Amino acid sequence: MSHIKHLLKTPRYGGLLALVLICLLLPLLLQNAYQFDVAIKVGISAVVVVGLNLLIGYTGQISLGHAGFFGLGAYSSAILTVNYEWSALAALLAGSVGVGLIAFVLARPILKLKGHYLAMATLGLGIIISIVIATEDWLTGGPDGMGVGPFMLFDYEIYGEKAWYWVVAALLVLSVWLALNIIDSPVGRALRAVHGSEVAAQVAGIDTTHYKVLVFVFSAVIASVMGSVFAHYSGFVTPTEAGFFHSIELVTMVVLGGMASTYGGILGALILVLLPQLLSGLEDLEMIIFGLILMLTMIFMPKGLLPTVTGRLKGGKA
Amino acid sequence: MSAEFLQYLFTGITIGAIYALVGLGFSIIYNASHVINFAQGEFLMIGGMCTVALVGTGLPMPVAILAAVAVTAVAGLALQKFAVAPARNAEVVTIIIITIGASIFLRGLVQLVWGKEFHALPAFSGDEPITIGGATILPQSLWVLGITLVIVVALSWFFNKTLLGKAILATSHNPDAAKLMGINTGFILLISFGLSAMLGAIAGILVAPITLTSYDVGIMLGLKGFVAAVLGGLGSGAGAIAGGLILGIAEAMAAGYISSDYKDAVPFVIILAILFFMPSGLFGLRGTERV
Amino acid sequence: MKPWSQIIGSLTLSLVALSPSAWAADNIKIGSFLAVTGPASFLGDPELKTLQMTIEEINAEGGVLGRQLELVHYDSQGSAGKARTFVKRLIDSDEVDVIVGGSASGETLAVIPLMERSGMPFVSLAGAVSIVDPVKRWVFKTPHTDRMAAGKIFAHMKQNGISQIAMISGTGGFGKSGLKQSKEVAGEYGIKILSSETYGPKDTDMTAQLTKIKNTAGVQAVLNFGFGQGPAIVTKNYKQLGIQVPLFQSHGVASKKYIELAGDAAEGVKLPASALLLAEQLPEGDAQKPVIMAYKQKYEARYNSPVSSFGGHALDGLMLVVNAMKQAGSTDKEAVRAALEQTRGYMGTAGEVNMSEKDHLGLDLTAFRMLEIRNGSWQMVN
Repeated sequence: MSHIKHLLKTPRYGGLLALVLICLLLPLLLQNAYQFDVAIKVGISAVVVVGLNLLIGYTGQISLGHAGFFGLGAYSSAILTVNYEWSALAALLAGSVGVGLIAFVLARPILKLKGHYLAMATLGLGIIISIVIATEDWLTGGPDGMGVGPFMLFDYEIYGEKAWYWVVAALLVLSVWLALNIIDSPVGRALRAVHGSEVAAQVAGIDTTHYKVLVFVFSAVIASVMGSVFAHYSGFVTPTEAGFFHSIELVTMVVLGGMASTYGGILGALILVLLPQLLSGLEDLEMIIFGLILMLTMIFMPKGLLPTVTGRLKGGKA
Repeated sequence: MSAEFLQYLFTGITIGAIYALVGLGFSIIYNASHVINFAQGEFLMIGGMCTVALVGTGLPMPVAILAAVAVTAVAGLALQKFAVAPARNAEVVTIIIITIGASIFLRGLVQLVWGKEFHALPAFSGDEPITIGGATILPQSLWVLGITLVIVVALSWFFNKTLLGKAILATSHNPDAAKLMGINTGFILLISFGLSAMLGAIAGILVAPITLTSYDVGIMLGLKGFVAAVLGGLGSGAGAIAGGLILGIAEAMAAGYISSDYKDAVPFVIILAILFFMPSGLFGLRGTERV
Repeated sequence: MKPWSQIIGSLTLSLVALSPSAWAADNIKIGSFLAVTGPASFLGDPELKTLQMTIEEINAEGGVLGRQLELVHYDSQGSAGKARTFVKRLIDSDEVDVIVGGSASGETLAVIPLMERSGMPFVSLAGAVSIVDPVKRWVFKTPHTDRMAAGKIFAHMKQNGISQIAMISGTGGFGKSGLKQSKEVAGEYGIKILSSETYGPKDTDMTAQLTKIKNTAGVQAVLNFGFGQGPAIVTKNYKQLGIQVPLFQSHGVASKKYIELAGDAAEGVKLPASALLLAEQLPEGDAQKPVIMAYKQKYEARYNSPVSSFGGHALDGLMLVVNAMKQAGSTDKEAVRAALEQTRGYMGTAGEVNMSEKDHLGLDLTAFRMLEIRNGSWQMVN
């Protein structure tokens, strides 16, 4: 008991409890299917961002291609369930295993690269995936995308915004729990060392490449699973899900919310999904204001929103 | 050489020269500040759009071009002064996001002021194609190639022979030492953004008659320029030029001989292949990481 | 944990701000999502302007069924994902009575399941034939399909003794779908497609693809399926390479902007388009003439830019819905849907519309005309 109490007092696991509470209470505030839809979109992005944040925030590796993995997951589910009549769960698993393998094979040559070269390589990877999806229209429906059936779990159909809300909320809590475990494990300490200085970590006898590969694969698989979830929830997938802009959006969520801050990433996802909805009435001004908000936040809070705000509230410097 | 091959080569070199100019812009800023400026493509767009708008008001073309280059340079200076400089101690990704924010902002601004439509700029010296060995090339392509050559020569003179150019190089190699030598590194960074913006504007104006221009024309050209810069090795001027030309020619050849469907994937396949075997690009320095 | 849970709390409150607004309850709400910005903005921009202008005009004349029309519009930027969210917002949060919108086929196809599920009468402004074939209960559309455009062009080619062609098309949704439909109907007109090339939506040079076509033996004409700046660049490159066989474009370039962008190179290019572009050239007594002249004059006077057939699709969509409401005598969704399906003899910018249970488009090829660009302007050809 006292052990659990102690855990809850640590900011990390106390945060998990708060997240669970928010997920439980939020539906009371949501009034219609559209608001649930926005909440689900936030959730789906947030889960991907939790995984990506491990990579960017804790290992210091940039990926500008994670939407590619998301897209692969989405299209695996779409193609396998629609064209080959697989069950939704089997398709989701097959997609994530496939993406995991691809990520594993590519991880070593890609993660050998540093800084901007790594950014370029992951960006290229993502773009190649989206071009293939858009071009092979006999399989994928081409640029106009393809419809996807509902998610049948055995005989039960997950249908409607409310059902999906609970699925996504559960996945979000699960992913945060997994991430916190990784962060607090010996692996996690090694990861933070990698971000600090790779050479120093190597000198200390840590197999940095091994950990980087692990996190890269983990974050790719999470992206793939959420791609599958997205495909079934929205009932429609297009190549833009795998595209460059989606990748940039995901990275922006991480950086805006706070690198190496698991909850910060969730906040980033919340803001980036909500902002276009809030700005939608501004028509021609939307881009200007969106760009401005992005710039100003990063200029004045370079560590990201959540770390900066918590830092200020604690009275210290962020 | 068959006429067909020659035609692909002309096409590739023209577009490759533009990639090279954009890549040079990336390299100059990277050299001075180790920042990758994702708003580089927007400089190109502002140059083209501003020229179109000024020509539309009745200004003669040369005046419009000079004014557009000046406007873009101011945009570059402002970007450094107000967006990049205040965040100079931030992480690489943070600065990338700032420049992405800036690119969205600039696109939004241009769209608001000059509209969403595509515009055509008249070619500098007519549209009558020139036939060489059975292939054709537009006079505008010769302008692109000629001016790219002039810029390359001018830049190499600037960096190797002038005090300011040497100061920029010194800052890029070792900012602290440069500061000790009395170089105003803040000013150097400002200058490099201005210079890079001017390069972008010139590229944008040169291609506008061939590719047309609009508020979002910078996205793809900026991305390809980034690929060119990385392909050649970040920070290497010669590398950016080689990278740009390789990309342009590879794209044209791929569209002609392989499949136009996958033409756009070709640059990225090349860059991945090269990075797997040469992690610092073709001409990049194999740097050691600071501990 | 306290500080940031407060932040998240206050942000969830902002979600509440997105709740249905307490607007005048007795207005008829016309929902719309259009690609007003982004690569398809040349479609969405005139469409939105047309909707705004026409709704103002209808309201000034007393509205529909004694109620005022209210436009609830979101900019989809042509993205299927954004369109889906906005359509949910229109249906669940704004609670609109009917939706007229969807500039591009991709965004339209992506929202069809939502319309069908919630029973929302929906008139699409996009081209793909798959929007109304097979027929969906709640989905209608106004523009001619890409399949019809291909048919019109091939019929014209056949008349002029052309039987072997090459195609170059954009890799965007419009070009891809156009290419597919062209391949499907080519046989019916005895046309053989000898070579097919593509270009990306942001491509800046198509000489490589066109060189390949130029070197394909036996090509008697080239057809370019695409919209936006792509076809203008194709046209310029076509002239640069000195290709002698005639160039055909699709209805995707049916706006003055294309002629402006392609310049001299556009001379002699042929394309199918609605009569809107030829308003003045229609003979007096043509039943369509008064409709399109009125729209053209109002639009051009108000926005100081030439009409395109795209804005016309929005006018047709809105008027079909308005007429259906008048016919049904209510805004009840099922009644409006049934009345839309009963549309007979409505004369719009795209031609005479006769819908039925089996046809939610209601157009035939007669109102589709072949045009040729001469002296920087449209000329009818036969």
